[in-house]
Amino acid sequence: MADLLKLATAGSVDDGKSTLVGRLLYDTKSVLADQMEAVERATVGGGDPDLSLLVDGLRSEREQGITIDVAYRYFATPRRSFVMADTPGHVQYTRNTVTGASTAQLAVLLVDARHGVVEQTRRHVAVMGLLRVPRLVLAVNKMDLVDHDENTFWRIAKEFTGLTDALGYGEDAVTAIPVSAKQGDNVVLPSGNTPWYEGPTLLDHLEAVPVEGADHDAPLRFPVQYVVRPRTDAHPDYRGYAGLVAAGTVRVGDEVDVLPDGQRTRVEGIDTFDGELRAAHVGQSVVLRLADDLGVARGTLLAAPGAPEPVTEFDATVAWLHEKPLRPGARLLLKHGTRTVQAIVGAVTHRLDTESLALVEDPGELVINDMGRVSLTVSEPLPLDGYDEVAATGSFLLVDPQAGDTLAAGLVGRSVLAATLDGRGGPGQLG
Amino acid sequence: MTAASIPSQHPDTVELRSAASPADQLDALESEAIHVMREVAGEFDRPVILFSGGKDSMLLVHLARKAFWPAPIPFPVLHVDTGHNFDEVIEFRDRVVERYGLSLEVARVQDYIDDGRLAERADGTRNPLQTTPLLDAIAEHRHDAVFGGGRRDEERARAKERVFSLRTAFGQWEPSRQRPELWNLYNGRHKPGEHVRVFPLSNWTELDVWRYIAREGVELPSIYYAHTREVFARDGMWLTSGPWGGPRDGEEVVTKSVRYRTVGDGSCTGAVESTAATLDEVLAEVRGSRLTERGATRADDRLSEAAMEDRKREGYF
Repeated sequence: MADLLKLATAGSVDDGKSTLVGRLLYDTKSVLADQMEAVERATVGGGDPDLSLLVDGLRSEREQGITIDVAYRYFATPRRSFVMADTPGHVQYTRNTVTGASTAQLAVLLVDARHGVVEQTRRHVAVMGLLRVPRLVLAVNKMDLVDHDENTFWRIAKEFTGLTDALGYGEDAVTAIPVSAKQGDNVVLPSGNTPWYEGPTLLDHLEAVPVEGADHDAPLRFPVQYVVRPRTDAHPDYRGYAGLVAAGTVRVGDEVDVLPDGQRTRVEGIDTFDGELRAAHVGQSVVLRLADDLGVARGTLLAAPGAPEPVTEFDATVAWLHEKPLRPGARLLLKHGTRTVQAIVGAVTHRLDTESLALVEDPGELVINDMGRVSLTVSEPLPLDGYDEVAATGSFLLVDPQAGDTLAAGLVGRSVLAATLDGRGGPGQLG
Repeated sequence: MTAASIPSQHPDTVELRSAASPADQLDALESEAIHVMREVAGEFDRPVILFSGGKDSMLLVHLARKAFWPAPIPFPVLHVDTGHNFDEVIEFRDRVVERYGLSLEVARVQDYIDDGRLAERADGTRNPLQTTPLLDAIAEHRHDAVFGGGRRDEERARAKERVFSLRTAFGQWEPSRQRPELWNLYNGRHKPGEHVRVFPLSNWTELDVWRYIAREGVELPSIYYAHTREVFARDGMWLTSGPWGGPRDGEEVVTKSVRYRTVGDGSCTGAVESTAATLDEVLAEVRGSRLTERGATRADDRLSEAAMEDRKREGYF
């Protein structure tokens, strides 16, 4: 079993998300005494400590009673360690949800049992599906406010799986759990209030859910970060290419293509501070030595033979994260792996309508929190993969060349927006 | 079922560990931190490592050695010196600098107090005074990236910090204008005069830090391990006498076995009672602790609910 689960939570403060996260931390005894004392001091009007105060970190958040920014939490049980990206719902929801989802292996989406699946739930599911978060959990919260009613729960669960089906999630990838974060029902401890529910508590599920391990058999992708040239007496002629294995496995003796140029060479050695390796897998930081000196530098991608041809024009799905709208003709910077190039936005071909979740053609522009499809032209050929094939080399950032702000998260290819549209042969309605 | 068929070790008797495979987790954290350091080396002109001699900054130096080996560390180190130092830590700092051939920059709070640019606070604490010398040093050396050892598990405001955290020309952190950070694509673009604080240990917990220190044999200042020391109680912490002052009237000096969980300004950094004199004993103690390291040992973080947030906004580490 994997030892670490990276998860993201999504939902608004009205759904009781901060309370749920606080409850998870509190009931797993991840809250230390001084943190709890601070919460007790800050709880208004005495009574049970307000567990949401464990989570809301910034003063303006506490003052406004909202969560503004993604927060990262760390907790562990005897069975597993967890890194949780806690993403707020109301403010800049796409920006925060996309950020949390980009590294998550599982997402917990929260709804209020009184309101069920709402527009925001649909948006969150669309983001999770777009970024291919492998597993989803629907936490139907505030069950105590609907008298722990079984039919209410199943009705919401069914509506939710209707959405996830449309996004291509299999049955075993989606789990619905009735909870009350405030009372602690089915969060960590099973509840006596839901005798009709025989499934796991939220924590049981998080501890037991299979985690998709990194795929060691994927084709190698190794973006070169930095050339190590010591020029010291001990290593006068050493030249190594430092990077993190972004996909697959690299072995000594492997042939690799130097992209975007296209020459082929061989891996002569894999070095680390702790000694030479025979092989390095996805997620490992190493230094590669190559048989030939081919002018490899930061920005080069070393890839297993057979990678797609580098391109200068391509379609992508973007999540627009900035107040400044995206319009055709915009000149931006595009960061792909360790390479940054200039980019021109050709057409904005589709926008995902956030009310109806249908795809709108030729929207003219994308504004903050929009997701849509664009065509891009870049100044130098990029060795891209489709996001759904190799996420590490199928993802990119769009950056404002003047202000330096991150404008968009980009996914190469037509991605899930196309799948829902084309797969249904209809107007691309999600749910 | 016969007795012979019962497994020699029943599953229930297997000792529970906090994670099924801690080695893998430490390897992943190490690779991530090295990746972050190499991104900085590849994209910035004048990075610097904040180095106090404390465990987190020592970890940064250790990881930087690994990241660029067999080349030497390509960054200088910067110590913002409060003047309220533990001798053991300064001696340790100088030893590390010497051993790895590092270039050391020191920004001294005392210099600012001597010439009147800063005034000593009524409470004698100098941690909040570090911000101005830090920002001046960054400007003077034109550092565009500044590595810090901050971790998101330390404190609520830090939980919202990015790995690459943009600071204005005034060194300020604007939480509402933070850049979204996606996948492991870090955006370090900044305007002249701005800089980026970089936190390679963002995803480490205190326990990860200690487990890694034990695994790697990273040397630390001796005050992290239990020793006998004359201390006095203030605000529920054990403080020690020094150039920053000593016990006030009514504060009784006692000799105790203590160690430090953090290293900072001696006037407000408390020791914890401990007999943990070895790495294994410290690890066991951290595992069992019911207090965060800042809550246990930093008077300055107790000033208000938002003490850290305020200092970060002003340009603190």
